[in-house]
Amino acid sequence: MQTVKIVVTGPFNAGKTAFIQTVSEIDVVATERKITSEAEKVKDTTTVAMDFGRITVDEDLVLYLFGTPGQRRFDFMWEILSEGMLGFIVLVDSTRPETFREARSILETFRAYAPTPYVVAANKQDLPEAWDLDDMRIALRLPPEVPLLPCVATDKESVKNVLLELLYRILEEIEAQ
Amino acid sequence: MALKGNLRDFSVTQLLNLINLARKTGMLRVRGPEAQASIYFREGKLAYAGLSHEANDLATILYRDKRLTSGQYRILRERAGQMTDKALGLLLVNGGYLSQEDILHSLQAFYVDVVKRLFAWAEGYFEFDAKAPPPAGKILTRIDLENLIIEGARHLREWEQLQDEIPDLDMALKFVDRPGTNLRNLNLSVEEWRVVSYINPKNTIRQIARATKMNDLEIRRIVYGLLQAGLVELVRPERAVAPKRQIHTALEGKTKEEQRSLVNRLISRIRGL
Repeated sequence: MQTVKIVVTGPFNAGKTAFIQTVSEIDVVATERKITSEAEKVKDTTTVAMDFGRITVDEDLVLYLFGTPGQRRFDFMWEILSEGMLGFIVLVDSTRPETFREARSILETFRAYAPTPYVVAANKQDLPEAWDLDDMRIALRLPPEVPLLPCVATDKESVKNVLLELLYRILEEIEAQ
Repeated sequence: MALKGNLRDFSVTQLLNLINLARKTGMLRVRGPEAQASIYFREGKLAYAGLSHEANDLATILYRDKRLTSGQYRILRERAGQMTDKALGLLLVNGGYLSQEDILHSLQAFYVDVVKRLFAWAEGYFEFDAKAPPPAGKILTRIDLENLIIEGARHLREWEQLQDEIPDLDMALKFVDRPGTNLRNLNLSVEEWRVVSYINPKNTIRQIARATKMNDLEIRRIVYGLLQAGLVELVRPERAVAPKRQIHTALEGKTKEEQRSLVNRLISRIRGL
């Protein structure tokens, strides 16, 4: 049995756990704790170690989805999680521009750990306060060649689309070698 | 879609950068603790700016800029108080009181000053309305935003933010290939020009700092301004070896055909979910 993994990262409350839950065939193994910091109380719980989802491809192949903790104080987990990954997805909350700088920083950190293919997904695009993708690209300083995809982490088709875009990028990398 | 937020999270400098690079047209409204600013942009250029708590009619702007005497100002207020700025401007030019350049110069200075005052606002709810019409009756200008962005970056004092913006001093800089950008039109300080003179994909930011005898904070602040103004971009130094793609680690020991097959199986499975 072979296993491969894709890492889902991004700032605090970007929707990483929901993203994995939407496509995982098992209940996501989430390591969530109640939030104690007042500043971070936009939700009740947060991931402190990792989320873990699974998609069985066939009897010989399993894809694991790992979600990183969003808060910087747990960043010691990031390097461990990025080890041997096939690629990664940076999830950004389109309605919270205050997290864009953090997203950029996380992206740079992951690129440094493992320069594997990646895509950026602009989550919560269904909300009226969501920023336009073109504006987000500038704010996130993403060059044109980096895919920035609209996403709704609770919508299966949307999550599938992000995963597929990443896999196409990986395929392109293989072809280019 | 929305382009709104709080200056606490997304600064005026960042907003100007966004409007400049996206060449946006529309009205930016910023509601600060004591006033509201309305700033209109046309294709990424500053066209109009005003603050809610102070007079921004043409006569007052010209009077404050000492282009009208107090007597002229009083008469204009009495006899032309209902005129739009456009009509008044035309009257003054046709009457030979002022040239078009004088009027534009005063307006530009006023609009720029309004934007510069926003740099001091640490808080304020902002919203950009791309559908808003230009302010009625006002004379619009076309002011490049690069100088304002660099000016805004000079106000940035927070070490933590600068470190987040430019985490790696071992990156290099290169000038962007963007039409309409002309370094000669920029009002750079001596220190900024010194940094600009060293910009080359072969020189890391750290090397530029060393050559210009700047500390980490100083070099980061200048590079941040140039980045925000869209004049330069971060690149890996030319002689640095690009990190090896790790795809072999993830698919270790497989031939290219096997790797391709594995990824195609993943694609088929995801499609079928």
